Amino acid sequence: MKRFIGFIKKEFYHIFRDRRSLFILFGMPIAQILLFGFAITNEINNVDIAILDHSKDATTKEIINKISASKYFTIKQMVTRDADIASVFKKGQVKAVLNFEKDFSKNLIKDHKATVQIITDATDPNTANTISNYVNAILQKYQKELNKNITFAYQIVPETRMVYNPELKSVYMFVPGVMTIILMLVSAMMTSISITREKELGTMEILLVSPIKPFQVIIGKVFPYIFLSIINAVVIVMLSIFIFNMPVQGSLFLLGIESVLFIISALALGILISTISATQQTAMMISLMGLMLPVILLSGFIFPISSMPEPLQIISHIIPAKWFIIIVKGIMLKGVGLQFIWKETLILLGMTVFFIALSVKKYKIRLE
Amino acid sequence: MKTILYIIQKEFKQIFRNKGMLPIIFVLPLLQLVILSNAATFEVKNIKFGYIDNDHSSTSRALVEKFNASTYFDVLTDFPSEKMASSAMLKGEIDVVLEIPRYFARDLQKEKHIDLGVTINAIDGAAAGVENVYITRIVQNFNQQLKVDLLQVSDQQIQPINIETIPLFWYNETLNYKTFMVPGILVLLVSMITLFLSGMNIVREKEIGTLEQINVTPIKKSQFIIGKLFPFWVIGMGLLTVGLLLARLIFNVPMLGSLTLMYLYTSIYILVILGIGLFISNFTDTQQQAKFIAWFFVVIFILMSGLFTPIESMPKWAQIVTEFNPIKYYVEVMRMVMLKGSGFIDILPLLIKTSLYAIVMNGFAVWSYKKTN
Repeated sequence: MKRFIGFIKKEFYHIFRDRRSLFILFGMPIAQILLFGFAITNEINNVDIAILDHSKDATTKEIINKISASKYFTIKQMVTRDADIASVFKKGQVKAVLNFEKDFSKNLIKDHKATVQIITDATDPNTANTISNYVNAILQKYQKELNKNITFAYQIVPETRMVYNPELKSVYMFVPGVMTIILMLVSAMMTSISITREKELGTMEILLVSPIKPFQVIIGKVFPYIFLSIINAVVIVMLSIFIFNMPVQGSLFLLGIESVLFIISALALGILISTISATQQTAMMISLMGLMLPVILLSGFIFPISSMPEPLQIISHIIPAKWFIIIVKGIMLKGVGLQFIWKETLILLGMTVFFIALSVKKYKIRLE
Repeated sequence: MKTILYIIQKEFKQIFRNKGMLPIIFVLPLLQLVILSNAATFEVKNIKFGYIDNDHSSTSRALVEKFNASTYFDVLTDFPSEKMASSAMLKGEIDVVLEIPRYFARDLQKEKHIDLGVTINAIDGAAAGVENVYITRIVQNFNQQLKVDLLQVSDQQIQPINIETIPLFWYNETLNYKTFMVPGILVLLVSMITLFLSGMNIVREKEIGTLEQINVTPIKKSQFIIGKLFPFWVIGMGLLTVGLLLARLIFNVPMLGSLTLMYLYTSIYILVILGIGLFISNFTDTQQQAKFIAWFFVVIFILMSGLFTPIESMPKWAQIVTEFNPIKYYVEVMRMVMLKGSGFIDILPLLIKTSLYAIVMNGFAVWSYKKTN
């Protein structure tokens, strides 16, 4: 036991001696959560659009006014010819062009029908679709005003209630994700080179000839980083509560316990990478190249998992971040207790045990 | 010149000797391109849907049947009570609950107007908005049908005014996300590989102690740096080539613009990334520090590149920050050239900015590299 404590002490010295890394470890997550919390959103605001008005009459003017009055759109320019639409898109200046047909008012009065084309730059399908829907909604509202003295028979009206996030703030969606991604990547990165570093610097030999057992080395390596990561987690949670006004509907204590569990699983994953790679460079490339994109894309942080193809949904199960995001959203936004998230908790626990056991097994007690 | 060739030779040997690294450099990125491009979609489908039918009339069943027939709604669960439905929502088993009130059919006949309770899990606000649109559309459709089924002809005297909208989705008519994401993810992988490799390269020599040996040789600063960076430039271009092939063959991504233009831009762009990598390498003492800093910038570059979430939605100050993000320019250029067929003139402003960026970054990097301690 004394030996083990000595080993942990050595690890602490290693970490605290390198002030620069320490500064980076604490400074980076704060900078990132502040930046991303504000900047990552898929709400559509102030989209630049262009207008091609072939009729230039009272009705089209009124519609154009309505569109420019909405907070979603800024009318950047007027196009005069159909042929110009392509060049406007190619320069990337606007995302959509509204094309009003000739004699818009006249057709509306005569035939009770007039057409407008919503031409969107669908290289970004999501934005294109949303723009199209918003313009449609504005036009429908206008149409309703025009039709206000006609009553429709049989109306079933959906009364929609948006629960857990009534104002549809995208912060609620993205802050738990940002918290998870940062915690996961920082934690896994910290431990991923701890053992390879000793291998590369030649100090591994000394560790191997000492009477410390493999699992003691593994635990001892993880232990100090748990403290660092907990401090990080506390800072991140505080920032999300006080800066981004995230609610904590459930128990803060439970959130703390779950965070510690998640941190340990990420650290254990880092250790696993460390034991299987020969050089620091390899370990870093695995933890950077191998983890970053899969964690960002398959955790449900930005893209909904339920929309992915079946095989990817299955792959997403092995991403610890996915489960933690479900847990964080559950506790912070839905206010659930352990009885609703025990399954996710158990999965994280299982992963942690698996990572540690595999690291101990893969830990080579002989030099190559 | 000969000196540079020797350094390049040494670097290539070092890269290819490390057998553990080769799959990470060449296989992992392409594997990720092929697999992960499928994950990046904002499309809302397979909505987990539940309903509470308090009426059990033929009308209410017909309404539920409408949702059943829709391809967007996936799991249909019939809950006997509101309490059970809300517990299922807390567990995350369903995201939308439709509550049909008692006497639904009777009141509809009598009052011709009835409210339907819809509860949506709105944590993902954007998806909730789309779900709401789907639901409204289905209910409206149902209304129309009722009108046809139940209405007498006499009610239909005045013809309502109708503004018809025709949505046209240019460059990507089927709203295929892969077309949008594949060029972006390719860009990302090229950038990540070149940045990580160059960022940790010189610092590695520093840490192992071999940098000192090079410093005492007559190799000039510029020769050394060019020799160091050239191999990574080649790797980046190679990765782009294979990635473009995969994009074409597997994902059928259109390539409207000129390939030459893409390569011209990429060749300059990689210089920017290598300059940043070198700069990081010069300012750190250990590979660990270099890695942390490279990671810090890459995460910022990725999430603020407009690749996943649109830049226009960001607050003004964040948009200004993105102006310093090289990946943003690259994503923009690749999408413009590949998907829209933009020409040299269209991307000229971006090309100029990137070139300036390359000059500044490499200038800094060379300046900050010192042969003496």
